[in-house]
Amino acid sequence: MARTVTPRRKSLNTVLAWAVGLLIFFPILWTILTSFKTEAQAIASPPLFLNFNWTLENYAIVQERSDYMRFLWNSVIIAGGSTILGVIIAVPAAWAMAFVPSKRTKDILLWMLSTKMLPAVGVLYPIYLLFIRLGLLDTRGGLVVVLMLINLPIIVWMLYTYFREIPGEILEAARMDGATLKEEILYVLTPMAIPGIASTVLLNFILAWNEAFWTLNLTAVDAAPLTAFIASYSSPEGLFFAKLSAASTMAIAPILILGWFSQKQLVRGLTFGAVK
Amino acid sequence: MATQHSRSVARLMMAPAVVLLLGWMLVPLTMTLYFSFKKYLPLRGGDLGWVGFDNYVRFVSSSSFWPAVQATLVIVGGVLVITVVLGILLAMLLDQPMWGQGVVRILVIAPFFVMPTVSALVWKNMFMDPVNGLLAHLWRFFGAEPISWLSEASMTSIIMIVSWQWLPFATLILLTAIQSLDSEQLEAAEMDGAPVLKRFYHIVLPHLSRAITIVILIQTIFLLSIFAEIFVTTGGAFGTRTLTYLIFQRVLESQNVGLGSAGGVYAIILANIVAIFLMRIVGKNLDA
Repeated sequence: MARTVTPRRKSLNTVLAWAVGLLIFFPILWTILTSFKTEAQAIASPPLFLNFNWTLENYAIVQERSDYMRFLWNSVIIAGGSTILGVIIAVPAAWAMAFVPSKRTKDILLWMLSTKMLPAVGVLYPIYLLFIRLGLLDTRGGLVVVLMLINLPIIVWMLYTYFREIPGEILEAARMDGATLKEEILYVLTPMAIPGIASTVLLNFILAWNEAFWTLNLTAVDAAPLTAFIASYSSPEGLFFAKLSAASTMAIAPILILGWFSQKQLVRGLTFGAVK
Repeated sequence: MATQHSRSVARLMMAPAVVLLLGWMLVPLTMTLYFSFKKYLPLRGGDLGWVGFDNYVRFVSSSSFWPAVQATLVIVGGVLVITVVLGILLAMLLDQPMWGQGVVRILVIAPFFVMPTVSALVWKNMFMDPVNGLLAHLWRFFGAEPISWLSEASMTSIIMIVSWQWLPFATLILLTAIQSLDSEQLEAAEMDGAPVLKRFYHIVLPHLSRAITIVILIQTIFLLSIFAEIFVTTGGAFGTRTLTYLIFQRVLESQNVGLGSAGGVYAIILANIVAIFLMRIVGKNLDA
């Protein structure tokens, strides 16, 4: 949208927008800054903004105290595993619905969406019980399955909206040229679908990474991901702002970076294609 | 063009996803329904038999039910109002021409990517701590007495934290919608001398109505089940025990599974009422 505005108006917009943007971002910035302070500097009055002695000791302490790497690894396995598994199951389903639609396709899609609306707390005990009986409590495998099921509707929906944008004529042309179904999928559809699949993977990885109901309730020690790692800092203990900040920074940094790439997909994914 | 053969292949391809989701929905749901009609205390005697609708009656007549409903409504309502109103303003601001638009947008969206346990703990300690929190420093700077946010203004605090998390979502969706607004229409109105407020009310707001509805519905579904934010801050104390949290406490903390399951059924019904409206809108969009 190329609207003509006076430089003055543009400067005003810029100043205002940056001020608001920084205000909203401030808690994150403050957390990152505090993670480099000593505990004494973290609670200094008046607060220190940049004029402190930068230190990395909090990161070392946090790693030593609670073995950050183990939680990080659990987060990667759980978020990555559930996303990959979900995509493997969803790609054929979304492909079928997008290219061989039937009268019931719409109903199936809406029904899938409706499973996403099921409040987790409503089925907390059954899942908890099943996990105990099946020996899945506090295992990464169990969480991979649960988070996959939670995000499966979103994955199917996102892939469906992406696949639908692939023009059907291309498929027909391929078929005319004698391509088999397998060739059609492998050589025609897959290359065109890869950007959509990548976006879907990205957004769902983020959603699974940040999931904090099942990961808190179904893990204890072995399978606990970063959400639980942070929750262990919920009871205050003397001076701990700097350590909390370091732990928080380590928990959110990977995802903040991924998040930058997924702004567009966020809208599509979380509105089930209703806003593009 | 779809042949009989391709139809059956398609059905086969959909089967895993459909079967899994069907299982995910039916198995726990059936179990919750089953438990809700039982007196079931795993740590105090186990399965004590069928009790009919007893749990349903007891859940709603317990003294903590109405306060929980109220807390839920206040949090959901408060966050919705804040995020939608600020979201519209912010989306309009971000739609203006400016320098560094991409960076500002990232700054605004960033809180959405912060995991709930982190944002709740950062706010609780580094901002809302009555002694060392930044807000306490700010209050003292202006000569006021610092507030113990999470105990004295517990609801306000939770609403602030959750709004901070969800404002990016509302803003991003409203911004996407605003960008599809025909700018010529706005310019024409501007040239006709329509004042800013009128232009907003008659052109921008109607254009955004669908996006606003979607934001409200989707956020409501997520907000009805916020958990971590309360879990790590107040633990349900100081009047912040929502319906979700109450059910969690009944089921896992006091291990009264029958009672909690009845509560769970209520929560499912409540969420479904909201969901029906959302599905209508999304469904309409599918036909388009």
